[in-house]
Amino acid sequence: MTATADVAGRLAETIGPKRVVSAAEELAAYAVDGLVPSAIVRPGSPEEAAEVVRFALAEKLAVLPLGSRSKSELGLPPERYDVAVDMTGLHAIAHYDAGDLTLSVDAGMPLRELEMHLKQQGQFLPLAVPCFESATVGGTIASGIDSALRLQYGSARDFLIGAEFVDGTGQLCKSGGRVVKNVTGYDLHKLLIGSLGTLGIITRLNFRTFPLAPASGGHLAGFEELQAALEFRGAIEKAGLPLANLEVMNPRAAAMIRAILQRSGEVSPSELEREQWFVYASFEGSKEVVQRIAEELEKIVRGMNAGLSRSLENSEEETLGGMLRESFEWLRWASAASVICRLALPMLSAHILAALAQMAEEAVLNAALLVRSAGIVYFTALAQDADETAIAALAKIAAGAKALARAEKGYATLLHAPLAIKQMLAADGAIEIDLPMQQRVKQAFDPSGVVAPGRIVGGI
Amino acid sequence: MNPSKASIHPALLREITSLLGAKNVLDRAEDLLLYEFDGSVEKATPDLVVFSRTTEEVSRIVKLAARHEVPVVGRGAGTGLSGGALARGGGVMIVFARMNKILEIDLEACRAVVQPGVVNLDITRAVEHAGLYFAPDPSSAKSCTIGGNVAENAGGPHTLAYGVTTNHIAALQLVLPDGEIVRVGSKNGDAPGYDLCGLFVGSEGTLALVTEITVKLARRPEAVKTLLAIFETIEDACQAVVEITASGITPAACEMLDGWTLRVVEDYVHAGYPLNSGAVLLLEVEGLREAVEGQAAAIESVCKQCRSREVRLAKDDRERDLLWKGRKNAFGALGRVAPSNYVLDGVIPRSKLPLALERIKEIGKKYGFNIGNIFHAGDGNLHPIVLYDPRDAKQFANGITAAREIIHACVEMGGALTGEHGVGMEKNELMGLLFSDADFALMRRVHDAFNPDSSLNPGKIFPLSKGCGEIRIRKKEAVGATL
Repeated sequence: MTATADVAGRLAETIGPKRVVSAAEELAAYAVDGLVPSAIVRPGSPEEAAEVVRFALAEKLAVLPLGSRSKSELGLPPERYDVAVDMTGLHAIAHYDAGDLTLSVDAGMPLRELEMHLKQQGQFLPLAVPCFESATVGGTIASGIDSALRLQYGSARDFLIGAEFVDGTGQLCKSGGRVVKNVTGYDLHKLLIGSLGTLGIITRLNFRTFPLAPASGGHLAGFEELQAALEFRGAIEKAGLPLANLEVMNPRAAAMIRAILQRSGEVSPSELEREQWFVYASFEGSKEVVQRIAEELEKIVRGMNAGLSRSLENSEEETLGGMLRESFEWLRWASAASVICRLALPMLSAHILAALAQMAEEAVLNAALLVRSAGIVYFTALAQDADETAIAALAKIAAGAKALARAEKGYATLLHAPLAIKQMLAADGAIEIDLPMQQRVKQAFDPSGVVAPGRIVGGI
Repeated sequence: MNPSKASIHPALLREITSLLGAKNVLDRAEDLLLYEFDGSVEKATPDLVVFSRTTEEVSRIVKLAARHEVPVVGRGAGTGLSGGALARGGGVMIVFARMNKILEIDLEACRAVVQPGVVNLDITRAVEHAGLYFAPDPSSAKSCTIGGNVAENAGGPHTLAYGVTTNHIAALQLVLPDGEIVRVGSKNGDAPGYDLCGLFVGSEGTLALVTEITVKLARRPEAVKTLLAIFETIEDACQAVVEITASGITPAACEMLDGWTLRVVEDYVHAGYPLNSGAVLLLEVEGLREAVEGQAAAIESVCKQCRSREVRLAKDDRERDLLWKGRKNAFGALGRVAPSNYVLDGVIPRSKLPLALERIKEIGKKYGFNIGNIFHAGDGNLHPIVLYDPRDAKQFANGITAAREIIHACVEMGGALTGEHGVGMEKNELMGLLFSDADFALMRRVHDAFNPDSSLNPGKIFPLSKGCGEIRIRKKEAVGATL
């Protein structure tokens, strides 16, 4: 009997055979960064998830909690990975008080399904994240990936109000509550955001929900020069207009979006084919508010030497907004090999964007640049081949992007890269953060290193 | 013999005095008395009060105290309402009042770096020329300090739309209990790794001392409207809040004053609250002109449907300021009708508001109190006020029992113990209503990861009785009325 069969067999005895999978082809589908688990467990209750962790503790195994696995490549390669804990079996709405705009939902609930439930009450959860069709709410929080609606609604830390989870000692714990304002005890649930499974298995999450706006609008402007696009963006920020999203695209990113939408027969602004830097703004509110914002944008753009400035049709705003939400997803599959870096910069400037583009140019690679709110830049270098030369070029670019961000007192995180590059740069991220402080948190949640060891920055 | 002097080690006193100078050290009993209270009903006396001027000084004080195994507690303006800044274990109290400089303002990035002793409102004053402000606005904004706001994760009336302190903090510099100086978070609020900033904000000074804070600044909206909706009964006013919330209107603020309280306030402030009403809602909407127009109209219509007698619109800034003056000075006004008051801070789902007010009334009746209500109705954050005479021991004990029952009721309705005042040494024994042994065990491990000897602010948040060794207070036992 192999070790694999051993683990699966003993797990089946503990949790029940129906919950455990060990067929080779299924295990392969749960691989993370080349590591294949020995067994997959699909807990049917939070208590069963806790039992899995206690089993792993006793057997000195490492577990990795997963949702739909759409973003399991985020984070560093796991140090060890024996048991995949698939949380998609827990997908109920535990509590929804529409009158209070609060929601308590199991970790495995898909975002798309949740959206439909909330829509019936005229509400939504502002987690506009990539892989929206498949992603679970638990996986989304654990991944910490940006929401395209962050500018208006904030990030998850602003509307996650409580959580239940299994910690690394195999105990069911909770933090926060189901009320919108609460300072009872430590805000441990905030630590789960972006924790990549390293603090425990999320079983349930509590959120405040938001009313759907009655109307929405979009605006697209194009500029020959990057500097002009950034000036327009800066002027919009200064005007204090309440926008849902404000995003700058380089010509390459815009062309890629246009090509994908055209291929799938969806409407899209034909102007995206022009060799320009584009500024996309979306906004929502009452009809009057939407109209006012559209007018203000037109006013701001005047005298800014824009090659293009127009309001988007609702259908265009929807498809373009959807593509920007999904950018991580289509960017990573757009070429044979690529690196996607997420830079978080204290101050956005044309010179750093130009420097990023130039790095790609020098390596004779295409680069897609997307600039979001809060100084966040998605920088993608695209290689047509996955051979040694291409990997070497991409590795150099990934390291260069990190160095650039560091020089600007910001951070760069590698969201997607060939495994070899991920491994090469794994130790690099720890330079910017206070590693001992981070390690104290991990140690408190998971003293034995049983949940997702090594996955978070610094190899914690 | 002076008991306070006796309990501090003479060598420690000497070392701290030589570090800070005699004018920054208080050790006489009559001076220490000033620091045994905050805004709560709790009481505890420090052995030594010191005023630090720099982060390095804080670090050295903490190291000296650690060497003598004496606990340390940080304190801002002492306006807290849960005993968070009281020296429950005695020891050294570091008062941050003299670390009150704004170190850097970055208008472009909408950030300011400030010392912990900066008064909340002074941040706004320093940046309002550029159309910016610091959004969290506790009622004590004119006197409370940002360090205390960070420790308690303070709220305020306008947190309904803009969030509490934690939503407006990007980075912190901290001094750990062993004196180490560390930084967490980042200027743009997006550091990789765990959200340590989110953990430290609201940790009530039990994990580290905050010595520098990077705050996010918000842009002033172009329009604001302030409305006063007047109701015959508190039930109707509660229903209006439920309807406003459910209909998806998010006012910037939605405050309620019940009839009894508003009459006490009106008598003192003359804010223009109608004396013969059952309750008023003070509502504010902010944003683009068009949004404000629409929301104000929607609010008026909902209030009318809920039998509001009248919805008044503040005509100008003067009227607006007056309406707010009534709300912000309410607790001062209450001081005129009873020697002391006890403010609770429970939170409930907003859909349960009518039920909650009914329960509070019943509990008041049972114990013979007239419990006033002046609170953040829009986010379900109740502030029942129990008025009592501290010289009447039986009345005080009854007040505490009534308060405990109200908190129980909040929890039964799916709520929490505290929305913005903190747990401190006032509600720590009630934490078991919400948290299990496993929850406490994890919180304890997080606590010990940063403050392993409980030398920093001992006796707070955790129930003293709760398992695993618990608070290792080295000095005096706590005094005062713990719930």
